[in-house]
Amino acid sequence: MRSFEPGTLVDGFRIEGVMHHGGMATLFDVTQVSDNTRLVMKVPHLAEGDDPAEIVSFEMEAMIMPRLTGPYVPRFVAAGDFEGQPYIVMERIEGESLLQRLKDLPLPYDEVAAIGCRIGEALHDLHRQHVLHLDIKPSNVIMKPDGGAVLLDFGLSHHEKLPDLMQEEFRVPFGTGPYMSPEQLLGVRTDPRSDIFSLGVLLYFFSTGVRPFGESEMLANMRRRLWRDPKPPRLLRADYPPWLQEVVLRCLEINPAWRYPTTTQVCFDLANPGHVALTARSEKLKRDRWSTVLRRRFNPELPRPRMSAIAADLSLAPIVLVAVDISEGAADINETLRLTTAKILATVPSARLACLNILKQSRISIDQTLDDEGRNKHLDRLIALRQWASSLKLDPAQLTVHVIEASDPAPAILEFVRSNKVDQVIMGARQGTVMRKILGSVSAKVAAEAPCTVTVVRPPRFSSRDNGPAA
Amino acid sequence: MLIAFFSDIHANRQAFEACLVDARRRGAQRIVLLGDYVGYGADPEWVVDKTMELVGQGALAVLGNHDSAIGNDRENLHEDARLVIGWTRGRLDVAQRDFLAALPYTIDEAPRLYVHADASAPKRWIYVASKREAADSLAATSATLTVCGHIHIPALYSMSAGGKLSHFTPASNVPIPLLPGRRWLAVAGAVGQPRDGDPAAAYLLLDPEKNEITYCRCAYDVEAAAKAIIAQGLPAWFGDRLLAGR
Repeated sequence: MRSFEPGTLVDGFRIEGVMHHGGMATLFDVTQVSDNTRLVMKVPHLAEGDDPAEIVSFEMEAMIMPRLTGPYVPRFVAAGDFEGQPYIVMERIEGESLLQRLKDLPLPYDEVAAIGCRIGEALHDLHRQHVLHLDIKPSNVIMKPDGGAVLLDFGLSHHEKLPDLMQEEFRVPFGTGPYMSPEQLLGVRTDPRSDIFSLGVLLYFFSTGVRPFGESEMLANMRRRLWRDPKPPRLLRADYPPWLQEVVLRCLEINPAWRYPTTTQVCFDLANPGHVALTARSEKLKRDRWSTVLRRRFNPELPRPRMSAIAADLSLAPIVLVAVDISEGAADINETLRLTTAKILATVPSARLACLNILKQSRISIDQTLDDEGRNKHLDRLIALRQWASSLKLDPAQLTVHVIEASDPAPAILEFVRSNKVDQVIMGARQGTVMRKILGSVSAKVAAEAPCTVTVVRPPRFSSRDNGPAA
Repeated sequence: MLIAFFSDIHANRQAFEACLVDARRRGAQRIVLLGDYVGYGADPEWVVDKTMELVGQGALAVLGNHDSAIGNDRENLHEDARLVIGWTRGRLDVAQRDFLAALPYTIDEAPRLYVHADASAPKRWIYVASKREAADSLAATSATLTVCGHIHIPALYSMSAGGKLSHFTPASNVPIPLLPGRRWLAVAGAVGQPRDGDPAAAYLLLDPEKNEITYCRCAYDVEAAAKAIIAQGLPAWFGDRLLAGR
């Protein structure tokens, strides 16, 4: 093996020193000589007689990393076969590893939710690129000073469009014991919801200070999570918010189908605690009864692995935003809006619908929250939105209603779309009104600037041309 | 220097033409032909002429079992395939038949090896249908990359340093890195008669510098190729299966 002593030059990178000496690889602080940038070089331990898993895992990382882009992963710089000693050089991420937060656990609930949301965003971007991380844990997450999360270590990852050498080479599951999903324990490496499970373990641990399935790396102990549920967080901390328990326990469902379908939906709930649909999960104060556990023990809840495409899954569980105008005279368009929404939801049963109404604020005077008759306008709007959505007959967990106060509707809608990673917007266009002539079209602005699909709905009506005789 | 690999053209002029155009558009500069220029399809003269022209320009070409059957009655083909071979013999002139008869079973362009079927016994035309045949083929040579066809279903096998074999069904049009330290067996899909459920013509593009292989798919005028088969009075199901890619 080559020397990696400080000062050594390796293919144009100068070794400055050891940053971290890990179990499978050593990270070196290096400088790219050509432009003096500080980078990180990862060098696997490949001594004779080593576990072939380490070699294959490194091969996987060398294959996947160059294909990843975006702010949630370190930028790939170079990979090399340096006299039989392979390495990867990547961007150096400034920030704090979540591992350094373990001494502060448990963290405040809102901080845990914020961290979970950032990791969820990063995972969403990874899944969009056809990659499952499969080793989400504190040491593989860095929180940047701007608050964003960066995911590290793709040695156990699965790329949907590349050969999975880990899957083919080994029969035993690979991962980090406390964080590994039940299906990973059974050898499944193709379900994006495995990352949601690991995120759930991290959320549980960070909010309670206790790991939900212990610390064991022994396969026999790890397999208990296939039938034994963790202690409900509310049992561990009396003030634990039911909404957070709902989110965490849903992430930790044994059966992937009972978890959130996408990380975006996890983020949506973490960012909107008041809108989390509370189920029996949120009420649990003790673990499942032994009879239930025994039934699961001998009647596994985990069905056969599924084999569908990752990126396709994301589009099957979109977040759909419908902007509803509650005011007088919008009845026509609201009916068309409802029909269009029903059609879109019928094709994607896992979709979540967010109904949004903008409560217009005057730009000058301070508005009263009460209307002329002394009723709360905000509350009235929420009730009206629920009424509008009721005929869609959605599952409560599928529907949220939001009233946002803003003086200008278009930027408020756009902000909601961006912060909640909305996949599709449905909204009406009012034609020929005086307001539209003065202020310009809200739907046109949203359609032009939204980072997603926008469906603009118009009620059918006859144009003046249709009234004339046919030519 | 990108290399395009075309296998199992099977006298399908429409598919072969479309693939040649597509490969050039993607920057292919060299061509390797992996056998079975004739059989099943309606345009053997054109396809063999085109193959001879490409070889004249520096392309490499190996022999396939249908090509071998033109001058050799002992090849084991099912009845309808044999019928088309008989019809094809009556279409090819001496120069074309001599060209096919002179093709080699394998071409060794170290560290790469080109062969129509399995490399352990090229004359036996064994289908590389699973890890077992892939392991036999890889064990028989020292090539780091073997490229073959014959089975009409794209696949990528690799053997680790420890001798473990992996199989992968490649996604179309995505470059796949062929990691060093492993040996690879790339099975090309068929240009002229795909059988993996996708009627689009299949071929491979290799970037030897980057060490990446792309399993390309190329749409072509399938209806025209199927009609030509029926117009020549050949078994109609050879045309039908083109439409279904089965």
